[in-house]
Amino acid sequence: MEKFILAFVVGGAICVLGQILLDVFRLTPAHMTVTLVVIGAILGGLGLYEPLIEFAGAGASVPICSFGNSLVNGALTEAKRHGIIGVLTGIFEVSSAGISSAIIFGFIASLIFKPKG
Amino acid sequence: MLQGQQSWLFSNRPVLLATAVAGGPFEARSAIAADFDILHDDLWLGQNSFEKAEKKLLEEACLASIQKAGIQKEEIQFFFSGDLMNQIISSSFTARTLGIPYFGLFGACSCSMEGLALAAFVVNAKGAKYALTACSSHNGSVNKQYRYPTEYGAQLPPTAQWTVTGAGAAVVAAEGTGPRITGATIGRVLDLGVTDPFSMGAAMAPAAVDTILAHFRDFNVDASHYDLIATGDLGEIGHAIATDLLRRQGIEMPGNIFTDCGVIIYQDNQPVMAGGSGCACSAVVTYGHFYNRMLKGELKRILVVATGALLSPLSYQQKESIPCVAHAVALEWEGV
Repeated sequence: MEKFILAFVVGGAICVLGQILLDVFRLTPAHMTVTLVVIGAILGGLGLYEPLIEFAGAGASVPICSFGNSLVNGALTEAKRHGIIGVLTGIFEVSSAGISSAIIFGFIASLIFKPKG
Repeated sequence: MLQGQQSWLFSNRPVLLATAVAGGPFEARSAIAADFDILHDDLWLGQNSFEKAEKKLLEEACLASIQKAGIQKEEIQFFFSGDLMNQIISSSFTARTLGIPYFGLFGACSCSMEGLALAAFVVNAKGAKYALTACSSHNGSVNKQYRYPTEYGAQLPPTAQWTVTGAGAAVVAAEGTGPRITGATIGRVLDLGVTDPFSMGAAMAPAAVDTILAHFRDFNVDASHYDLIATGDLGEIGHAIATDLLRRQGIEMPGNIFTDCGVIIYQDNQPVMAGGSGCACSAVVTYGHFYNRMLKGELKRILVVATGALLSPLSYQQKESIPCVAHAVALEWEGV
């Protein structure tokens, strides 16, 4: 039960941050999303995001900042193995499943459905 | 003819001979659904794009108003039309269908009264026996061009407004029975520095107030001269700001006279945030709801102040503020 509460609180706090970026700082939805990705990437690079996932589980791994963390993790892991070129090849390594499925399912949905307005 | 600084007095009193309004499925559930001539239950109108659907709405409204006027389209000398699409394609493509000599207008959502003022001016000056004026907007096409496509799912702030899917058209004639177009006031472009495209009411309110004050000054009248003064699409927030700005000028607008088309068009249970907007907003409310109320004798003298936000998607992305304009037209019904 404690796990669920932690996930709810941490995930909710990230969403509150997003809402503040929209309402107070008047960012567009795209700018808000990118800002959260960048925050996740910075925290990931400093080694702070993995402990957050261990602490809050899905509360930290589901929000979009987790994507920033994955990008940096992939790049750093590959960089250790292959040097500087690994930074480029590694960026999408961890997150490729998410990106590919977004493209493929988005494409399928566009074939089946019509915009409602 | 020229009255005061920026107004026209139409001494030959051109007639608003016939009007027609068309709307989409959301408008079919609106507070003024009974005032529509044509309602569609399909947002696409059977077309394969929202832009084509908007053009079809405009064509339908134009043809219906010509039919209701009891004339042939060949008898109409000029067509004044505007819309919100890039290069006003809805209007120009409708003009292609109609084959009537055409003036394309862009005044954003002020097109309805800009077109009516110009049509009345031309008819009053005996430049035409009949003139047609119209405008249109479509929720899908406007959101796609100015904001986000709906399926992107962007969250809207409570200041946002709902673009009306519809079109309104009116035939202005030198003679005939119907409400008379007695005067018009053309607005200045004002910009008080609002940059948020989701807060159009606040951006446009000062322009509406400027035009209302100019109208009162040029014609030497006050609010009590009219049974109803309606702004175009300020919405609830813009309407409150306009009321407040007028109060600061020492003008108290009676609540039963001063209203806004964007506030009255939809029902309370429709999720439209601050109210309706778009070229069709003032057009369908004026040519549908107000016109019918005039014919019933409920309204004798009205002033419609259509408000327009003159931004482009590019200008606000480049952080420019939003210039706004408002044009007012006075209508009078003397009874049959």
